[in-house]
Amino acid sequence: MSPTGWIGKPVKRVEDARLLTGRGTYIDDHPPVANLHHAAIVRSPHAHARIAGYDLTAALAVDGVVGAVTGEDVLRHTKPFSVGVTAPVHYYCAATDKARFVGEPVAVLVAKTRYIAEDAAELVRVRYEPLPAVVDPERALEPDAPVLHDAVGTNLAGHRRLVYGDPDRAFGEADVVLKERFRFPKYGSTPIETYGVIAAWDSLEGVCTVWSNFMGPFIMHPLTARVLGLPENKLRFIVPPDIGGSFGIKTSIYPYIALIALAARRTGVPVKWIEDRREHLLASSSGTDRVAYRELAAKKDGTILGMRFRWLDNVGGYIRSPEPGCSFRPTGNFVGPYRFRNLEVDASVVMTNKSLTGPNRGYACGHLYFESEGMIDRLADKLGLDPAEVRRRNLIPADAFPYRTPTGGLYDSGDYQAAFEKALELAKYSELRREQARARAAGRYFGIGLALAVDPSVSNMGYVATALDPQFRAKPEYLPKSGAVDSATVKIDPLGRVTAILGTTPQGQGHQTIVSQIVADELGLTPEEITVVDEMDTFTRVWSISSGTYSSRFGSVGTSAVALAARKLKAKLVEYGAHLLGVPKEQLEFRDGAVRPTTGKGPSYSIKDLAGRAHWNTESLPEGMEPGLQATAVFGFTVSKAVDAEDRVNSSNTYGFIAEVMAVEVDPETAAITILRYVTVHDAGTIINPMIAEGQIYGGALHGLGGALYEELVYAEDGQLLTGTFMDYLVPTASEAPTIDIAHVVSPSPLTPLGSKGLGESSSMTVPAVIANAVSDALGPLGIRITELPMTPTRLYELIQKART
Amino acid sequence: MKPVKFDYHAPASLDEALALLRRYGGDAKILAGGQSLMPLLNFRLSRPAALVDLNRIPSLAYIEEHDGQVRFGAMTRQRMIEFSPLVARRLPLLREATKWVGHLPIRTRGTIGGSIAHADPSAEYPAVLTALDGEVVARGPKGERVVKAKDLFVTYLTTSLEPDEILVEVRLPATDAGAGFALEEFARRHGDFAIVAIAALVVPDGARCRAARLATAGAGPVPVRLRAAEQILERDGLTDAAIDAAAGRAAELVSPDSDIHASADYRRHLTAVLTRRALRRALRVAHG
Amino acid sequence: MADAVTVRLTVNGVEREGRCEPRKLLVDFLREDLGLTGTHVGCEHGICGACTILIDGEAARSCIMLAVQADGAELLTIEGLMRDGKLHPLQEAFREHHGLQCGFCTPGMLMTALDLLRTNPSPTEAEIREGISAVLCRCTGYHGIVRAVEAAARKMR
Repeated sequence: MSPTGWIGKPVKRVEDARLLTGRGTYIDDHPPVANLHHAAIVRSPHAHARIAGYDLTAALAVDGVVGAVTGEDVLRHTKPFSVGVTAPVHYYCAATDKARFVGEPVAVLVAKTRYIAEDAAELVRVRYEPLPAVVDPERALEPDAPVLHDAVGTNLAGHRRLVYGDPDRAFGEADVVLKERFRFPKYGSTPIETYGVIAAWDSLEGVCTVWSNFMGPFIMHPLTARVLGLPENKLRFIVPPDIGGSFGIKTSIYPYIALIALAARRTGVPVKWIEDRREHLLASSSGTDRVAYRELAAKKDGTILGMRFRWLDNVGGYIRSPEPGCSFRPTGNFVGPYRFRNLEVDASVVMTNKSLTGPNRGYACGHLYFESEGMIDRLADKLGLDPAEVRRRNLIPADAFPYRTPTGGLYDSGDYQAAFEKALELAKYSELRREQARARAAGRYFGIGLALAVDPSVSNMGYVATALDPQFRAKPEYLPKSGAVDSATVKIDPLGRVTAILGTTPQGQGHQTIVSQIVADELGLTPEEITVVDEMDTFTRVWSISSGTYSSRFGSVGTSAVALAARKLKAKLVEYGAHLLGVPKEQLEFRDGAVRPTTGKGPSYSIKDLAGRAHWNTESLPEGMEPGLQATAVFGFTVSKAVDAEDRVNSSNTYGFIAEVMAVEVDPETAAITILRYVTVHDAGTIINPMIAEGQIYGGALHGLGGALYEELVYAEDGQLLTGTFMDYLVPTASEAPTIDIAHVVSPSPLTPLGSKGLGESSSMTVPAVIANAVSDALGPLGIRITELPMTPTRLYELIQKART
Repeated sequence: MKPVKFDYHAPASLDEALALLRRYGGDAKILAGGQSLMPLLNFRLSRPAALVDLNRIPSLAYIEEHDGQVRFGAMTRQRMIEFSPLVARRLPLLREATKWVGHLPIRTRGTIGGSIAHADPSAEYPAVLTALDGEVVARGPKGERVVKAKDLFVTYLTTSLEPDEILVEVRLPATDAGAGFALEEFARRHGDFAIVAIAALVVPDGARCRAARLATAGAGPVPVRLRAAEQILERDGLTDAAIDAAAGRAAELVSPDSDIHASADYRRHLTAVLTRRALRRALRVAHG
Repeated sequence: MADAVTVRLTVNGVEREGRCEPRKLLVDFLREDLGLTGTHVGCEHGICGACTILIDGEAARSCIMLAVQADGAELLTIEGLMRDGKLHPLQEAFREHHGLQCGFCTPGMLMTALDLLRTNPSPTEAEIREGISAVLCRCTGYHGIVRAVEAAARKMR
């Protein structure tokens, strides 16, 4: 059945009316229960300290305070969270024995207002015994470094050496071997809405209800239930309709859900906690800072034979799930868009006295491509080839799809050559090179950067097990993990109105709009005729552990569930219509909002007509047909499989492609970088709403630019955070944001009913690479190559000074 | 991030305000535009027993010209300065500097007196006050006194004003018609405090330079008047060579500190670069 | 010390009154005491601009102002931007040009843009960028916002 054309149109968003008029419903907006009290969290001022005791006398004496919990209560009444490694890291929702980073929760004060709670929190006396701190991941692995977790005995939370193909042979046969060390900074996408949790405990029913702007994955629900000692059906997670941005960061709110739930239980009142900006920067979440050692083996003609990755990912004071995704989330796409089959990955996950890490837009792919694309440029430089040409010689060919990567990824579709050539053409690459020659002749520092990336969407829950040894995974008691599932319900009410119900947790991606387009197309209606309810409530929605809105998921898996539910319902309508008409259903089809004869001649039944009959007169249903007009579909990718014995895993389910070209000029006096041209071409399969897709690309690109130039959580040697305010943690403004030339190539995914893939992380993963390559190219005449981000003016100035002396 | 409890007073007159300061004996804070103080209160880094809010004293907001000076009531909003025709005509350097102060919604509340009394060495207004050799009027229990710019700034966030004094007026010499001016600033993002900024004013006289005024923001604990660099220009004129020499001299006159946004070396280097750029642009402005 | 004070002010054309401690931030007073939750809190130190409202016709941050300071003032918040049941041209333009995603910065962004266009009805793109750089948005990369303000400026002139 052919769609009626809403898919692919820039349909204006349903969500906007409420959001433009101040009528959104965010976590901080409306008290969902009476008698709400407010929490303030006492946090460790020390990066590393033993906690010898607490004195709450003065704090509890403050008028309006109803109670408190400390690490002692946490130890007594909760369990530690499961972690993604076998090392015995005991991660509780607040510090118990020691504080391991500045800002770690130590106690919670509950009072009538936030103002009073903060007054009381200041009066809590915690007896700390400060310990030496370590913040650098390499330093943390030295034998004399302070150890954070005595039970682990080292700061290494996990280590894996993964070998694919025959890397030793590849390096042995290579004409050229290149080596480089890179540093990627710790930054977080810092949504403008911070974390918020409201917890209410019903002691009679034994049910804990938590409202929060948690974005999933809902694997964190059973993890949290276990921590609280609750059966899973006694813990209710509700997510409000509006979330003020997340970009991965709000995955990591779940320890606070446990902490505030505990506070509600201990104090006997519903408790609300809204994280403030200081808390957010100190202790919410960020990506890892990474030290990477890269090696590349190639032939003289530029053919890449193999690579070696050795990296240390710094996860901070504890390894918090879903880490060590920082190392393994891109397993299936480690090789990016290139053909080489030999790879060695040596991944160390290191704990230091910094704040904790987790998914951050582009989860680990910004790191990966910054390093890989930097290496490709070095190869071009070494061989005297154009960097575009080196890339061309190594791309996976268009006729190779579906393509199985050496690491287990299954690239579902693509035409990388077409997308790359389109980007070069759009950027007028040859002309840019001529312009560069002229600029250089005039003494100007003009550079062109390229970056290519495979953009993975919908992570397979199974990838995290790559962190575990194959021997461990081979034990009979080990339970393999895999999957990527979403569900949707479409129903037609007695008056013929269509409603779609989702349990996703959008943070601005416009799910209601997208779903209305899909359902309108399937049912031959207009988007305005579809009502979309998108509110997650674990008690009322169909969900699974992979539910949530993360990992560029919705455009791929969520939309598939919606399309399938609509198709199921449509099939039911046809079957019902056939029964009413007394004809075989093969003679009917659903077209333009009605069940019609395929011949186009004869009576037809509109949705409204069928809805009235079906709801008002169930006798009219064919025998055996379930009453009501609703269909729920649960879509799961069958290509999601558990990691195999050779560490191969299809870590995501659909794989898009990104090709970028950027031209910059560096002012050698001030070290300021000006972006002159920025082209990005995406292949995300079928684009459902190009306006929303463009918004995702723009937003993703600016996150990448933030990490490349402005944003960093900087720590002093003693573990104090130096960028704890928005005056020091520099979020780019409109004046720093580039204009982007965007184009698409469409290789529909064969795995999804609509051919769509995810696009949410998009250019966040390529901008660090493309701008680093562009700046390296600009400063090439000085022999400068960027190996470390962010490229702050001071850092660039020092490189320029050093090169000149 | 909620402030500690404090007493709040919004006196209707300056005398009342002074009496309140006296009463709290150094434990009260003066609240002007609040754009720097309120964040400090919200972070609980500032914990006064009382706030004395000057926003209800109408007589403290004005822009007037007297004897070649433009005088600003301390509570004159930066926004009012930005759109003031008198400032545009008589103090174009201040007008240009104003556009670098935060963002418009900050300038709506922020005041000239507050910005100067706060004495952030990276801020634009203290640099302009220093460049133009302006002065402020402080009123205390013993009456009024005039403090020259060079005697005002002590170190980071510290002026020579007494705790029981209130900065009531800012005075800047009006700019001659033939003068050129420029404020060159390098910041990491638009609207941020300067990593380094240079305020420059030149009065060309044929090939010669009748007067040059240069001051920094961001290049040390206080704004620095670059007198020795000015003298090069006043001696040698506004030639390219003299400008380069003045820029080089400027870098020698500052003692910047390192912080997370910029190293001391880089700030010193920027001082030279921005001095040269400011002077060149000021010269172009002078030549219309 | 610090007894509650009465704050009387006009919000979106309606006279309102509330009692609060002098230390209460204006944005908290709007949201908690007056139930106007359209104005958002993003940083509480005057950087992100999410809490921007018009105070006596001029954009200002409501997180770095005390409620008591607004006594007697006339405020415009996002809830008052619609007139006669119709979206303001700025609101229309934000919808048309995808000037919002999560919507959290949007109220502050709209109030800032309104002030910008009142003081500069025909801004250049650079001036628009400079103007809205007062508000941080993490979703849009600002592109849709810039286009929306350009479009609204044309409509409002």
